[in-house]
Amino acid sequence: MSVNLTLLTVMGALYACGIYLILERSLTRVLLGLMLLANATNLLILATGGYAGLAPLYSKDTAAGEYNDPLPQALILTSIVISFAVTAFMLGIIYRTWVLAREDEIQDDAEDRRVAKTPSFDVEDDSVIPVETSEFPLTMIGSDGQAVSDVPDGSEATVKVADRKLDAEAAASEEQPGSLNVTPPKEGGGQ
Amino acid sequence: MNIASFAPLAVLLPILGAALTFLLIRHSRAQRTVSIALLSLTLLLECWLLASVWDGGTAAVNIGGWLPPWGIVMVVDQFSSLMLVVSSSVSLAVLIYATGQGMADGDRDAPVSIFHPTYLILVAGVSNAFLSGDLFNLYVGFEILLTASYVLMTLGGTGPRIRAGVTYVVVSVVSSVLFLIAIAMIYGATGTINMADLAIKLADLDQGTQNLLHVMLLVAFGIKAAIFPLSFWLPDSYPTAPAPVTAVFAGLLTKVGVYAIVRTETLLFPGDTFNTPLMVAALLTMIVGILGALAQSDIKRLLSFTLVSHIGYMVFGLAMSSVAGLGAAVFYVAHHITIQTSLFLVTGLIERRGGSSSMDRVAGLAKLSPMLAVLFFVPAMNLAGIPPFSGFLGKLGLLQAGVQLGTPLAYALVIGGVLTSLLTLLAIARVWNRAFWRKPEDAEHPDPVLLAAPEDSATGDRAGKTNVTLLPRTMVGSTLGLVIFGVGLTIFAGPLFKVADQSAVDMLDRSSYIQAVLGDDTPVPAIAQPEPRVVSK
Repeated sequence: MSVNLTLLTVMGALYACGIYLILERSLTRVLLGLMLLANATNLLILATGGYAGLAPLYSKDTAAGEYNDPLPQALILTSIVISFAVTAFMLGIIYRTWVLAREDEIQDDAEDRRVAKTPSFDVEDDSVIPVETSEFPLTMIGSDGQAVSDVPDGSEATVKVADRKLDAEAAASEEQPGSLNVTPPKEGGGQ
Repeated sequence: MNIASFAPLAVLLPILGAALTFLLIRHSRAQRTVSIALLSLTLLLECWLLASVWDGGTAAVNIGGWLPPWGIVMVVDQFSSLMLVVSSSVSLAVLIYATGQGMADGDRDAPVSIFHPTYLILVAGVSNAFLSGDLFNLYVGFEILLTASYVLMTLGGTGPRIRAGVTYVVVSVVSSVLFLIAIAMIYGATGTINMADLAIKLADLDQGTQNLLHVMLLVAFGIKAAIFPLSFWLPDSYPTAPAPVTAVFAGLLTKVGVYAIVRTETLLFPGDTFNTPLMVAALLTMIVGILGALAQSDIKRLLSFTLVSHIGYMVFGLAMSSVAGLGAAVFYVAHHITIQTSLFLVTGLIERRGGSSSMDRVAGLAKLSPMLAVLFFVPAMNLAGIPPFSGFLGKLGLLQAGVQLGTPLAYALVIGGVLTSLLTLLAIARVWNRAFWRKPEDAEHPDPVLLAAPEDSATGDRAGKTNVTLLPRTMVGSTLGLVIFGVGLTIFAGPLFKVADQSAVDMLDRSSYIQAVLGDDTPVPAIAQPEPRVVSK
């Protein structure tokens, strides 16, 4: 009665190869890695059943410590069936990826990349809204949320532009009531 | 009569339904009838189970007459039956929604004939996981629901779904392998996988072995429950699936992970060995999740991040291992399953009505479809924890428990919880402002469907009579039903909180569970570091 060292070494090697393979970007290698991990785990479960050399089956005159525990083998059967289903499904996915994209690669999440590249400045949330302090407004907020001003050009255009934040801020400060750059509108502003 | 004798039916009925609907694969009307009827029957059965353990108590059944700890047992207690009822109600609503979508769209988006059997198997797996009193049977339950979810996730086999499916399948399989390794090691260390038996025998192992097994289980379940830093797969994979599938995944699958963690922490490894790391993980889950949500411009992705974030609340509750904390966590799980699913269903409706789920494209829905606005507003406020909704009550319970515990870390979590709640409100308000209040002309890239009808200059009304049919009555009806169910959780919060607290007392005490499985005269070992038992209500 001894520990089956060969089995344990094989288990360790399977785990090592499996973990190495699931870290690859190729889908087929990932699948091979998952299969190795599943089989290594099956060996681990088998090892919990008892030492090598115990009786495989129970008969009436076998002492309790003399035969192998059958429960782990039942567990292995279940786990083999499950890993079989998952492997078949993964093969289907790999084939589908090949049909769709002609490649065997795990792809990045495009939306995630897009969000990561989005600048922290958000036009709608972060645009400078002209602050109104005067009782007699020179600019008024129009129905569409944008400042309506009679200033002919320049300032209005720059506020809207997302990637030119400084211009927008400068334009907004120029729109402040009392600013020298603002020509008072004829009809008190508005439409 | 042992009430638990009927518990296996909660698993068998959906599986029977799956077989029948698979046979009826060419008759979509019969398929719909069978799946809805069998799921309703399952729900009724589970309501009966919940009613019979409403006042406390635990019932167990030995499957096939094999005595524990050798055979498989199924255990019905307040926590598991409450989870069953909530999950089946949600599944039924989503099923009706999906059939409505299938009837409206035909087989264009998803092959509905495959949907029904797979969906029922998913429900069977969820029920099996909730009822299981055996660690390996819990694993089998997980695998049933995961394998069904792989199919549902990649339904239709389009490019984005296959991409998302790969991430999901690989991460799930790795977590399942970890769980299986943990089971093998637990069996090697104790010689049993019956959870009640383990509760007695694990305490005899030395502390180092216990910690190893404990951590392995926590990591395996943590991946499934999407606890930071094991949560990155979720927002990557959930949003691409069809709307009803995302909804049911968001509601149920992560909560099965949370359920398993609760059982691990209360039954298998009681005491406070890992409470501090769990609390830190809970805090990070809340904060990192909600910060991720704020960066998103797609509503489905935003909701996936809030889902991750709010898992943190449940982990916070269970990590306190006090009656008040655990009770609030149980209530919060029930609340969150309902609310998160309804929000995803509403997002599916937004996508149909507004042409997209991206906040750059959707606008002006409050005018276009006031009903949709109400359907979004109620669960959204509920999620953000605005009084008087159940989200507020659940969070209040958690915060009270945190203050009761009184450690610096608990206070940090209380502050983090309030902050997360506020940031959730901010994220939800952004969706509201953009998708519902803003005019379609102001959107960055307004979807053509929003501008289809000209604006009425007098009232500013843009109700498109031409495209009202985009929202089938079945889909709106089932969403409405789920929203009302969510409001019902608020109205009946008193009795529900009582049951949740009672179940927390039972779970922390353990004797009810262990004696129900192993017999009334089983001695229950004392927990190493007993917590002060304070009942808050």
